[in-house]
Amino acid sequence: MSGGMGIGAAAPRSEDRRFITGRGRYVDDINLRSQQYAWFVRSPHPHAEVRSIDAGQALEMPGVTAVLTGADLEADEVGSLPVAWGITSVDGSPAVEPGFPALADGRVRYVGNPVAVVIAETRAAARDAAEAVNVHYEELDSVSSAAAAMEEGAPQIHEAAEGNLCFNWEWLPSAMAPDAKANTEKALKEAAHVVSLELVNNRLVPNAMEPRASLADFNPATGQLTLYTTSQNPHVNRLLLCTATLKMPEHKVRVVAPDVGGGFGSKIYHYAEELVVCWASRRLGVPVKWTAERSESFLGDAQGRDHLTRVELALDAEARFTALRVDTIANLGSYVSTFGAAVPTVFYGPLLAGVYKTPNIYATVKGVFTNTTPTDAYRGAGRPEACYLIERVVDEAAAQLGMDPAEIRRRNFIQPDEFPYQSPVGQLYDSGEFEGCLDLAMEINGYAGFDERRKQSEARGRLRGRGMSFYIEACGAAPSQAAGQLGARAGLYEVATVRVHPTGAVQVMTGTHSHGQSHETTFAQIVSDRLGVDFANVEIVHGDTGEVPFGMGTYASRSLAVGGSALVKALDKVVEKGRKIAAHLLEAAAGDIEFSDGQFRVAGTDRQVAFGDVALAAYVPHNYPLQELEPGLEETSFFDPENFTFPSGCYICEVEVDTETGVVEIRDFVAADDFGNIINPMVVEGQVHGGLAQGIGQALMEHCRYTPEGQLLTGSYMDYCMPRADDLPSFKVATRCTPTPFNPLGAKGCGEAGAIGAPPAVMNAVLDALRPLGVKHIDMPATPNAVWWAIEAARSGE
Amino acid sequence: MDVQVSFTLNGKMVSAAAGSATLLVDLLRNRFGLTGTHVGCDTSQCGACVVHVDGASVKSCTMLAAQIDGCAVDTIEGLSGNGELHPLQQAFHEHHALQCGFCTPGMIMSAADLLKRNPRPSELEVRDWLEGNMCRCTGYHNIVKAVRAAAGVMGEEGS
Repeated sequence: MSGGMGIGAAAPRSEDRRFITGRGRYVDDINLRSQQYAWFVRSPHPHAEVRSIDAGQALEMPGVTAVLTGADLEADEVGSLPVAWGITSVDGSPAVEPGFPALADGRVRYVGNPVAVVIAETRAAARDAAEAVNVHYEELDSVSSAAAAMEEGAPQIHEAAEGNLCFNWEWLPSAMAPDAKANTEKALKEAAHVVSLELVNNRLVPNAMEPRASLADFNPATGQLTLYTTSQNPHVNRLLLCTATLKMPEHKVRVVAPDVGGGFGSKIYHYAEELVVCWASRRLGVPVKWTAERSESFLGDAQGRDHLTRVELALDAEARFTALRVDTIANLGSYVSTFGAAVPTVFYGPLLAGVYKTPNIYATVKGVFTNTTPTDAYRGAGRPEACYLIERVVDEAAAQLGMDPAEIRRRNFIQPDEFPYQSPVGQLYDSGEFEGCLDLAMEINGYAGFDERRKQSEARGRLRGRGMSFYIEACGAAPSQAAGQLGARAGLYEVATVRVHPTGAVQVMTGTHSHGQSHETTFAQIVSDRLGVDFANVEIVHGDTGEVPFGMGTYASRSLAVGGSALVKALDKVVEKGRKIAAHLLEAAAGDIEFSDGQFRVAGTDRQVAFGDVALAAYVPHNYPLQELEPGLEETSFFDPENFTFPSGCYICEVEVDTETGVVEIRDFVAADDFGNIINPMVVEGQVHGGLAQGIGQALMEHCRYTPEGQLLTGSYMDYCMPRADDLPSFKVATRCTPTPFNPLGAKGCGEAGAIGAPPAVMNAVLDALRPLGVKHIDMPATPNAVWWAIEAARSGE
Repeated sequence: MDVQVSFTLNGKMVSAAAGSATLLVDLLRNRFGLTGTHVGCDTSQCGACVVHVDGASVKSCTMLAAQIDGCAVDTIEGLSGNGELHPLQQAFHEHHALQCGFCTPGMIMSAADLLKRNPRPSELEVRDWLEGNMCRCTGYHNIVKAVRAAAGVMGEEGS
């Protein structure tokens, strides 16, 4: 009945047709009658006092309707951009959360900081007028690196944050684990070997291909605001608009995120621009549209990573890990973005055990303000940073001890019979077979044949290296109570409504929202599988607070694990009600009714009624148990899981390095992942490919760079090195499956894996290639320039 | 100052008044409502705006609308005739060569030009040609696969 499109089918996507024929509908494709255009005046300085804003000349230009500033925003009592996750410092004090006004309140703190907005009849007119707004800045000293911002005498960015410190966080906190710090230090002292590294996790720009855009339409007659915006989570945007910034009641605000052209985290947040167009539309009574130019995306989209970490790994004489100590400085940028404080802390510290049985772990993280664009969650969000340091230091230990990288990992793996496994840093891992994944990856890679391949490379004048990584990550951001204890200011469940129409066609309203993840296909596969309804008779509705009851959206690889599970729960309710209707129609007891392949059947008989007939009876209740049951067939479920899910996997990368040019080329890349149960293997492979590309991009190419003062150096695709088709290899991907017991689908999540596991695999390969030359360390990205200099430094004995 | 242009758009003669600074992509999107052609950058790097001008792929963010007088312009909307998908569109669908879909029209239009010039491209030739089209979702793996699959299909049809 599912037409072969049930759970597990590599079904081609139902959403494809509109995209391949040019009929997608992204925010910038939407235009409303009488709409006006917003263009932002942005600070060219990393740090300055705004002495005055003179809009006189701009207002006289043709087509200009208004020039609005922070003073207008304040006069209208529009709230500051909210922080959705609070962090507590070692001393019990809350993280410093300076107000983040959508338009500057007298001080600018990063290049690109919005200062004013011009509203005009055309985009060109708004842009021209923005150039004519005369802002008088008084420049202040500024700083872009977190380490420099912590130095004595560094420029102070916020009055409330002494020494530019937002928080000083420890994990586990002494209240939860009083001996963790002392035990870790003791183990380090008593260890047979201690391996330490200082690592940079380079700052990245998410770069979804669709630039952000917002179109706000306030109707003065009804008081209704409709916002079309590029969002991964329209209900979250509405929640923050209604509770924190515009402070309108939810029923007067509809947020629509139509087709969304990629996000990778960057479209989670409640940004200044979307707030300003909403406010401007309300103030002026006309629709207001803003579409970012790519240059604005580089300045204004929340950026990712930017950690400086010292890690120490203690090992006993048998190379078993006895302790891990981590000290990290995280660059938060100029303000705390929505989840900016949570990413380097609660999404990071709890993953520091990796896949190993390290008994003692202690970490500190200092969150630091700098004069740069704020950082926040970017594909992986905290887990790539954790995985990178673990897998780099484990590989370094193997190299120092002369061990095979696979062997040192094997010796320390958590074993299959130890699940659920309570890690020393607070996570309860669900399931995994790490050796199985390792063996699978090694088999695909042809591990034993490496020495021969290395010789062949050498014969061609290239150095060959092989690197391995083994990641584990926490997916499915939830459950609410755990998140709340860690500082979350919202719930983290998910919501699904299943609406069965009288004809038996099914609509699903889901609070998650695809920005490339293929939910219209995979969620329909679940419905088709569970109800036995034809795949083509299922439609997934998402991205519209006017149609979907509620939801928390798509990020942290949570859509299937949490949203898909909410869908299963709602489907279960539909089947339960259907069973009662069928029992009435078949004149049997509900307990005797079985449901499979779209048929309700009296157990042990051939008496049955089809799902579609039950649906019809629910809407045309002529023969229906009206005394016990309401008509209609529509059910909603809010699903709040009991735990995260924990995908894991082994990645192996082989590179060739040209020592004359420093160019690194990937010759082989294997990903063996455990995502639990899989709904659509073709979609899962696509997610892995994309993650790998971003992970390889981080390792070899991408680096968001500022001058020491905070001028962005990589502000366009001419300067920021995005991976292109000719920079990447084809990938070899495979999966193993240990289902999670923590949700009804047994699914773990696959969206971020590649971006988490790839960077250390690539860097371990590069170092493996270069160690014979005496190169001991190299930071990401391993660009030709960086590799060449590392080789030169090693050759000259530096 | 507006410039009057007449050109063939997806096989039909059209005329429009275009501002002297109007880009071809803006003319297509705003005047003709052909929003399948996208703008992903402001430095002619990303390729989301690729269309065909007189049969060759062009970044429509890099051409003025005023230059288009007398030309033939084809966009993604005109690629599938009579409701039947072009072999590249079919291959992108079958091989899951798109996720968010934003780069897809430019990617397909660019690949269509490649296959006209080189009907049987190797993996390296596909990767080299698509260097001017960025995708942030797929890692290019399935795009390359789809282009080569379409080449196979188109080769068969041509023979």
